[in-house]
Amino acid sequence: MNNIFAIGSITIKELYRRKDFYVLFVLSALITLMAGSAHFFHDDKIVRYLKELCLLLIWIAALVIAITTAARQLPAEREQRTIFPLLAKPVSRAQVLLGKFLGCWLAVGLALVMFYAFLGVVSASREHAWPLEYYIQALWLQWMMLAVVIALALLGSIVFAAPSSNGTICLVTVVGILLLGGHLHEVALERPEPMQSFLSTLYFLIPHLEWFDVRDLVVHESGLVAWWAVGAASVYAMVYAGFLLFAAWVLFRRKALN
Amino acid sequence: MPAPGYILVLLLTVIFTLATWLQPLAVAWTKGRAQSNNLLAVTLGDARRLFANHFFIKADVYFHSGYYPSIFDQGRTNQLHIAEQAGQGPGAHQGKTPEEEEKEEDFLGPPRDWIDKFGRNFYLTEHTHLSGGHEDEMLPWLKIAAELDPQKVEVYTVASYWLRGKLNRPDAARDFLREGLRANPNSYEILLELGRVYAENYHDPDRARNLWQLAERKLKAHERATGEVDIINERQILLYRAQLEEAQGNYQAAADAIERLCLVLPGTHAVEREELEKRRAELLQKANTSPATPAKP
Repeated sequence: MNNIFAIGSITIKELYRRKDFYVLFVLSALITLMAGSAHFFHDDKIVRYLKELCLLLIWIAALVIAITTAARQLPAEREQRTIFPLLAKPVSRAQVLLGKFLGCWLAVGLALVMFYAFLGVVSASREHAWPLEYYIQALWLQWMMLAVVIALALLGSIVFAAPSSNGTICLVTVVGILLLGGHLHEVALERPEPMQSFLSTLYFLIPHLEWFDVRDLVVHESGLVAWWAVGAASVYAMVYAGFLLFAAWVLFRRKALN
Repeated sequence: MPAPGYILVLLLTVIFTLATWLQPLAVAWTKGRAQSNNLLAVTLGDARRLFANHFFIKADVYFHSGYYPSIFDQGRTNQLHIAEQAGQGPGAHQGKTPEEEEKEEDFLGPPRDWIDKFGRNFYLTEHTHLSGGHEDEMLPWLKIAAELDPQKVEVYTVASYWLRGKLNRPDAARDFLREGLRANPNSYEILLELGRVYAENYHDPDRARNLWQLAERKLKAHERATGEVDIINERQILLYRAQLEEAQGNYQAAADAIERLCLVLPGTHAVEREELEKRRAELLQKANTSPATPAKP
């Protein structure tokens, strides 16, 4: 376990040494503040459009950080040949994978805390309220979703040759699932066989990342998600991330590193 | 290379000379865009109109607190609910009960599978409307829609309905309608709504009358030009006009407005026409019994 945490801590340090997070955070903050400076009909209490914009930017930034960070972990180690001394120590390939996953996931979690703190301050400056439970649920669910995304990117980094292609494929897949995942069954029912069976199978196989997107509930404050549902979704995300990591390990343990 | 500094100066001089020669020509090439003072118009051109409807729908999404059908959901009416509420659409005149409305808006239906059932824990599944002063949350999207497509008349009238009716901000409604009128000088819909602001919020019947008279003229001109009859707006203009004249004691003018309305009502409105005839008779009776007042055309 110590090995896993040691590898994870290096990944966390990598996040705050690199500029990606700072650039995305500053960009999101600037866009949000610019949108916040607009006054519609001289009404300074209007806040929902601002929350929606800020949450959208948080989702984009978090996805970009998670995928780019996870996708370059193993290729960078191989390219710089640091994977060999790492594996020469008493560290197994499974521990390397788990350490990389844990580091990316915790690093993205830290970034999310920063982003949500900013969202809280911006919206509190307008609506003078702290709907903390909404923010905590949204942050937690997004973090759980990112566990699946990071595991997917790690798996992709073993399958695909370059981090850029892996990153692009992962991003397209995740965005596709977020937009269409919940409606795939509806689409399947309108298709003839064998497309119907294929789409229905795909519907039950894909990770349902759209569950974790509770932005509308946060924006409109239209009711918290039941805590049991949050728990169940978290278990689903963990199991799915576990499955992807296991698949990554199966491929990684037999992969030639040079 | 000998004297690269001189070459740089030479190139700089050529660039400067070319710029002084090309700049007046460039102004002529981009005449249309250069005259626009709107950033969105400059950057997006006419393509911005494509996005205007998206933001108008976004306002409706906010009105329902995010409970809104996706492109995959069926059974949606064409009319936006905020527009219906604002009296812009047929729904406002059909006398729907809350139960009927609820049934119409239940686009989700029963869950199709366990994934769908569990997924419903993570989004709003009840039909609600903004209330309690939160209606202002829709306004940014309406403003953006108007910026993107200034010729989208319903954006101004819908925004005005919420501003003056629910948010008690007639000044903002009037200013926004005037902005719309500058972009659409022949819009009888905006004139009708502006008349309502003056009649109902400012209690200024003379100005409201003038606006509705102008609206009626613009509507007739539009009908003559296009050959289309806009019975919904004509009915509203004449009914408001009749109401105003009756309140002012101008019974003859009120009866005239109702007479004009009876003439334009289609044959399917027989019951309504009968009621209007009855009302007109009452107004004429009042006009005959009350002291003579100058009837305004």
